[in-house]
Amino acid sequence: MPAYTLRIRRFDPQSGEAPHWDEHTVEMPETQSVLDAILKVRDEVDGSVGIRCSCQQAICGSCGVRMNGKPGLACNTHLGEAAERGHGVGWNPPEEGQVAPVIAVEPMGNMPVIRDLIVDMDAVHWKKIRRVTPWLVNQQPVPEREYIVPHENMVDVTQTMACIQCGACVSDCLAMEVDPLFVGPAALAKAYRFVGDPRDAQHRERLQDLAEDEHGIYDCTHCFNCIDACPKGVDPMSQIMRLRRRAGSDYEIEDRNNGYRHEHAFVNNIRRNGLLHEADLLPDSYGGKFNPRAVPELIGALPTAMTALRRGKMTPKTALGHPHKAPAEVKRIFEKVEGRSGRVELNLYVTGYEDEPEATGGGQRETATAAEPNAQGRPESVGAGERQPAAESLDADAVASETGTTEGETR
Amino acid sequence: MRVAYWPGCVSRGFTPELHGSMAKVAPLLDIELIELDRAACCGAGVIAEHNQELADTLNARTFALAQRTDGELMMNICSTCQGAQSECQERLDANTEYRERVNQNLADEGLRYEKGLTNKNFLWLLVEEIGLEALRARVKRPLSNLRVGPFYGCYIVRPVDRLGIDSERPRDRYLHWVIEALGGTVIDYAGVYKCCGFPIITMNKQASLAQAGRHLGDALDAQADCLVVPCPLCHLNLDMQQPGAAKVVGRDLGMPVLHLPQLVGLALGLSPKELGMTKHIVKPTSVIDWSTAVVAGTDDTAVGARRVA
Repeated sequence: MPAYTLRIRRFDPQSGEAPHWDEHTVEMPETQSVLDAILKVRDEVDGSVGIRCSCQQAICGSCGVRMNGKPGLACNTHLGEAAERGHGVGWNPPEEGQVAPVIAVEPMGNMPVIRDLIVDMDAVHWKKIRRVTPWLVNQQPVPEREYIVPHENMVDVTQTMACIQCGACVSDCLAMEVDPLFVGPAALAKAYRFVGDPRDAQHRERLQDLAEDEHGIYDCTHCFNCIDACPKGVDPMSQIMRLRRRAGSDYEIEDRNNGYRHEHAFVNNIRRNGLLHEADLLPDSYGGKFNPRAVPELIGALPTAMTALRRGKMTPKTALGHPHKAPAEVKRIFEKVEGRSGRVELNLYVTGYEDEPEATGGGQRETATAAEPNAQGRPESVGAGERQPAAESLDADAVASETGTTEGETR
Repeated sequence: MRVAYWPGCVSRGFTPELHGSMAKVAPLLDIELIELDRAACCGAGVIAEHNQELADTLNARTFALAQRTDGELMMNICSTCQGAQSECQERLDANTEYRERVNQNLADEGLRYEKGLTNKNFLWLLVEEIGLEALRARVKRPLSNLRVGPFYGCYIVRPVDRLGIDSERPRDRYLHWVIEALGGTVIDYAGVYKCCGFPIITMNKQASLAQAGRHLGDALDAQADCLVVPCPLCHLNLDMQQPGAAKVVGRDLGMPVLHLPQLVGLALGLSPKELGMTKHIVKPTSVIDWSTAVVAGTDDTAVGARRVA
């Protein structure tokens, strides 16, 4: 039977003593979980090890910890798997001369430790969840019978509903590491669960709130840590991007954090230049060169710009001119795709991969963006008219039927 | 080997030394670059955030242009391009109907993306195509006594599944391996796999620069002589914004940040100036000192003396 060196980080804030590591050798099959090993140590060696757990089958979300530097559920991580991760992203490199592979278990990050492996979820995680109004606000009037919701809408929010609130994504959120007030991946994924639900009456209000919050949707740095951390495939970062897409494109919410302006400045920059022209992006993200918001930023950037000019990093041409122009073909792509009636989003969590035999089926998701609020007769369907040229709606229909085929085939 | 070469935007914009150094290093490694000069920006995740199909179409176009060349594969020199393009390619390759729809957008230009393109960052190409042994054999001036901190950035290491990272291909160790193969010393510090903060520089400057400043400070504490990045956007935040980052974290930083081709070029015998290092905002003094000392044959004094001082 394989042996593992289980290293457990011990800390009792009440004790006044610094944290330290305890080491135990456990002999267990590699297919048993890290939680099994921790409980074995607690039962047989040291009853004072603090760990929170309940269901032991990845449903309750209690046993979130970091194993060799990476967050996850102790109950659904095999010992063999945890030990092998010596060289993965953020994992501790294996130590030379170590007889039994090391599995270092420590409490999750970004949350205060209560004791040993137990963190204070109330202080951070649950507070942030409460921040996003994590319940459905009914549309009025409430229907007499059940609320009929299109199938694709429910499939769409299934991914966020898979969250078991374990806090693994919160643990390793790199934006939260420097900005503890960031609403964070778990709570924002929860927000999408309601923004994506047609029964909810406050899509615009929710999006406005999270766009305007300086620690809201535009505070995410695209680090992908939450995607890798999540044991349930919720892809919190992708949900945050969808919130941005809804806020920026469907509701055109111009927030004070430059989120909307930056996104549009970037897209227009590429539309115009084909390649990113950085010298325009900064001022445009602040509303344009002469915008009062942009002026202090530009002045602040001057010393660096001068150094860059002096050292030949920038030339007056790259700083002030427009060295490249988008080829006509690129311009046509912008016209063509943006002229389509509805945005298409392919969510691989829903559709699966064609070639994989275990693909679960499902269909390509049609976000008839503007049409969605329309279908609900909602006043918020901003810009619905502009984005729906009659001829193009055929196009969307065509894809919808193609999607039907895909569904049949993959199943 | 011949590769379809996608340099990205920033390597020809605010970090021209990246494109320049790649062009100098490629022949030394027998890489023939077929530049995709009509391709457009990968969208850096921002266009996908705005409209997924638009980003996927722009990248499908780049892929199709690459497939039209006789290159063995497509190579990029920007982690952000790698990550954003891998994301688009994942969707395009996963679903025939969707790929057809995107290909329709390209039909006017007579282009078509066929599933299954190989697109590798220069870092991956170094290890997987050229090989560390071959790289080691070409080293003219081993980076002895140069303490280099790897800074991978996000887009090239996460999500691990999409980027094909596993025990067979531990791409999240490649930067470590390359530094070692070039004869340098790898410095371990907290920021190796963290985010430079660049994506939120216009939305939350304080948080963005706090990230950059923290990692630079950690590398400084670990006594790194320089950092190496496979991503020009990381370079913007770690080098160009370093004076601002220093203010945010309230300490002097002065940490040189090299692009990957610059580090490789240095070991292959090119001078810091040839590699465009004099264009950086933070003068790579320690690296230039090292290089001068190596050329003069007094290699173990200069850098060491500076460190003690």
